[in-house]
Amino acid sequence: MSTIETPRQPSEFTVGVEADLPPAPRDPKKIRWARRRRAITGFWRVYRKNKMGMVGLVLLGVFVLVALAAPLMVSPDDLRPATAPGISFQPPSSEFPLGTDDFGRSVLDLVIYGSRISLLVGFAATVMTMVVGTAVGITGGYYGGRVDTVMNAFTNWFLVIPWIPLAIVLASILGRSLYNTILVIGLTSWAGTARLVRADTLSVKERPYVERARALGASSWHLVTRHILPNVMPVIFANTVLTVALSILAETTLALLGLGDPLSVSWGTVIFDAFDAGALSAGLWWWLIPPGVCICLVTLAFTMCGYALDEVLNPRIRER
Amino acid sequence: MSVLSVRDLHVTYRTKGGDVPAVRDVTFDIDKGHVLGLAGESGCGKSTIAGAILRLHSARTRIEGEILLEGQDVLALRPGPLRAVRWTGASIIFQGALHALNPVRRVGDQIAEAITVHKLAGEREARVRTAELLEHVGLPARRIDDYPHELSGGQKQRVMIAMALACNPSLVIADEPTTALDVMVQAQVLQLLKSLQRELGLAMLFITHDLSVLAEVSDRIAIMYAGKIVEEGAADRVFHEPAHPYTTALAGAFPEIGDMRFRGKPSGLGGDPPDPQQIPSGCPFHPRCPVAVDACPTLDVDLWSAGEDRRAACIHVSGAPSLSEAST
Repeated sequence: MSTIETPRQPSEFTVGVEADLPPAPRDPKKIRWARRRRAITGFWRVYRKNKMGMVGLVLLGVFVLVALAAPLMVSPDDLRPATAPGISFQPPSSEFPLGTDDFGRSVLDLVIYGSRISLLVGFAATVMTMVVGTAVGITGGYYGGRVDTVMNAFTNWFLVIPWIPLAIVLASILGRSLYNTILVIGLTSWAGTARLVRADTLSVKERPYVERARALGASSWHLVTRHILPNVMPVIFANTVLTVALSILAETTLALLGLGDPLSVSWGTVIFDAFDAGALSAGLWWWLIPPGVCICLVTLAFTMCGYALDEVLNPRIRER
Repeated sequence: MSVLSVRDLHVTYRTKGGDVPAVRDVTFDIDKGHVLGLAGESGCGKSTIAGAILRLHSARTRIEGEILLEGQDVLALRPGPLRAVRWTGASIIFQGALHALNPVRRVGDQIAEAITVHKLAGEREARVRTAELLEHVGLPARRIDDYPHELSGGQKQRVMIAMALACNPSLVIADEPTTALDVMVQAQVLQLLKSLQRELGLAMLFITHDLSVLAEVSDRIAIMYAGKIVEEGAADRVFHEPAHPYTTALAGAFPEIGDMRFRGKPSGLGGDPPDPQQIPSGCPFHPRCPVAVDACPTLDVDLWSAGEDRRAACIHVSGAPSLSEAST
């Protein structure tokens, strides 16, 4: 059983087989890459036709580019209260297009730099949510029985914890830092994903091809990674994009409540500072509105992409 | 030595509504190069036997008896060796190829999966072997990169057959391989199975409810009713001269076109198969039997000799205890 048995009648069917195989390179790695490329082009062709998805994607592209290029456009010195370039509370002018804050910092600079933290927290918390949620959901759904009961109880427990009080408690125990913000958001948002993944796993694992693979002698690991996960993937994927939007909102909320990292500039902390300084009553609209609009736009962009992905990846909704 | 030897097999599903004895006391052997046909109505336990051979039932299902696959007791295997036996010892051609293929993976990969799971070859050799298998079952090798939805029903069933042969198993279990295929394709698939079986000298367990199909492909036929084998013998004799009234009814339900005997009388069998949780006493078939006698509800039927090299569980066969004996 160590090597494959040679075909019993080589003369009958080995001849011509090599020539008949698709002209793709014979190296499995290259085959896989060629396939992936084809899959991505195919996916892109469908996605491109989705107007909502394209608007979301372009918007998102702009924000990501700005976040990446922020250090080139803004010098960190300008963001330090001590070395701020302007005078406090200046309305928009040609020098400061979005005015200045209480320290004389340019609000435009703050918003540009803040996009880095907001997006970083959004993505990092989402990765955590997805990994934990998928692991818990698939484990519970696949093994069923007692494992499922335990996982389900665990999930429900996290699902019913009110997340803001938990965030307040964690922030006071762990201290206010960027990592803790990510941790808090991740901890409180994986439960929904776990439920979604579990429900899908339950339906996929009963399909005949999973039984076939089991009859094939496949291990649980093989079944989960090769058969169940690929079939649950579209759900996870579409959910991921929406989770990023929610995580960014959550980060803003935490910062607004004064639970964010006081040393890093994010959209949330800008709004928090503005509130703190009484921007609302003083009529300093240029300080409050820009970060708020950015949050709205990014959340909207992610949501649009999410819905578009769902439409493209879910054959039941896809229009042909 | 027979490839598969099943002794006193009992399979009981344990449900919330109580135990369901799906297979009761089944014994049979399949020798190398032979085909055993297993026939019966829906729910009589045919597919349950197929699942039991590779132990595919959930852990809560109770399986008793002995299943020797090439001398190895499948029911006593630990999980690791059990996985190794699956597909290399016996493979299954599942009913409904449509659903037995993962829609998001290429058919070639799914055939190769059988080879790579058992580490019989590397990825590259597996691909070549897969192409050979596809050619062997009458599909062009370029189909290797197709997705299941790009194939027709018959082609998918061919893929399933190729997959079943991937690890050179000594036994192939064909579980209603031709359901959901139209008649022409059915005939092609049957022909392919039969020729492959002859060519490779495979032992085969062929499960169907279509007795006329069985008569064509099998050497021996076993008829199941309510979880038990009620008749067993050489294929053509069981089909043409049934000894058990149930077999008669089953054979009569598939009239032969052009055969004068069937003209004007497509015959069926009244009633429904019994609920496995409430199997009638005595001979389980007696409530539906056209030739039942007074003794049937109390008689414990067994497979009695019904002529040379065949057995049937009916009071009317020659080997049965005489009626007077049974009634006393």
